[in-house]
Amino acid sequence: MSNPTDLHYTKEHEWLKVEGDVATIGITAYAAEKLGDVVFVDLPKVGAKTTYMKICGEIESTKSVGELYSPVDGEVVEVNGDVTNAPELVNQDAFGAGWLIKVRFEALPELMTAAEYDAFTGE
Amino acid sequence: MAKTVLHDEHLKLGASFTDFGGWDMPVRYSSDLAEHHAVRNAAGVFDISHMAEIFISGNQAADFLDFALIGIASEIGIGRAKYSMICNHEGGIIDDLIVYRLAEDNFLIIANASNRQAVATALKARSEGFDTKVDDQSDDWALIAIQGPKATGILQKLTDANLAELKYYSIAEATVADASAYLCRTGYTGEDGFEVLVSAEQATKVWNDILSAGADDGLIAAGLACRDTLRLEAGMPLYGHELDEQHTPIDAGMAKVVRLDEGHNFVGREALEKITEPRERLIALVGVGKRAARADYELKHPATGETIGVVTSGALSPTLGYPVAMAYIRDGNFGVGDTISLDVRGNLEPYKIVKLPFYKREH
Repeated sequence: MSNPTDLHYTKEHEWLKVEGDVATIGITAYAAEKLGDVVFVDLPKVGAKTTYMKICGEIESTKSVGELYSPVDGEVVEVNGDVTNAPELVNQDAFGAGWLIKVRFEALPELMTAAEYDAFTGE
Repeated sequence: MAKTVLHDEHLKLGASFTDFGGWDMPVRYSSDLAEHHAVRNAAGVFDISHMAEIFISGNQAADFLDFALIGIASEIGIGRAKYSMICNHEGGIIDDLIVYRLAEDNFLIIANASNRQAVATALKARSEGFDTKVDDQSDDWALIAIQGPKATGILQKLTDANLAELKYYSIAEATVADASAYLCRTGYTGEDGFEVLVSAEQATKVWNDILSAGADDGLIAAGLACRDTLRLEAGMPLYGHELDEQHTPIDAGMAKVVRLDEGHNFVGREALEKITEPRERLIALVGVGKRAARADYELKHPATGETIGVVTSGALSPTLGYPVAMAYIRDGNFGVGDTISLDVRGNLEPYKIVKLPFYKREH
């Protein structure tokens, strides 16, 4: 699997696509693969505040529970309802249709590039 | 980590691996849900060569097993099998296992991989004074399970044995994919199927022949992730989760496996026959919504909030679409039909006590 170069990455295996002051956030294909088939996604509501490195959602597979850590301080402006109804989108298209939330952020923390994330995961 | 003889085949199929009892085992090949559904609707093939095969022979083999296990092996007909357990002197479960009777004085025990040493050691110690031999041949054998409604039709293409005649919980010698095999009509999925015991040298061909023979019927290789959800739906206990040395067969709802017949002297009897009320009981729970209870989550009294038990296994059931779990409950006041609270990562969720199994095949 290849990690798109236009995205930013975290050590908690999230990706961010930054457009202005809004970041679209999902989990990486690597993380989805490690989790196995995702069967339930619990996401924050629109308007919820997120705090850097605080848990803001859960991604459950048949075998385990993955936590979604907010990579930024901010406010949720959109939630992917498609993925709530069809959690398998996280496995099928982690970097696209499987996105989770959009957050309006105040500042970006230090994030990894695709190359750095490749090295981090040893891919 | 230990590897089965089929490890390279799993690599070729693109499997992800997990450490299971010290074995590097395929957890899934692509999708554990797809593998789960394949077993329920068509067929799946599992490498379970990590499991232990211990052969018991000799004039007193049957008498010895009657003493060593909690069941009565001497009652098993030749070619038949029985689910049983081996317990310690306190009645704690050392392992659950299947006993197959190969001949008057020849038995095969298939035990859990993680308990191989414990079972072999206990059997050898208990065999003292009996005219019997305990022979742990686990390294020489591979075990391949083919499970699902299409398993019989697929396997029939590869064997001279008449599978229609092989009853549930039976064993027969047969040729499978040109290999000499023991064919066991047993499994751990809640579906009909077989477990094929072949020599390690012959395993790769048998594995690949089964995959080819079943391809048109939707058979796929299936990993341990779906094996776990399949057995959970079928209400089958897993050692290390529902069963351990801290629990007796009676705690685990397996009182009928303990044979307290007059004159049946066996290790653990003294402790087990004293039990009138178990300390804890294994129960089945179903939830609403999608938030699955997982092992170690706590059961709470719905009125007082007091902790009354703990989950041993849980998942969102792929077949049923709602959460299912098994748990030990300490409070004797709750029974089938009652609702308790379950602490799912800080949220109390209602879970209803039901009867096992969660899933039963139709035919």
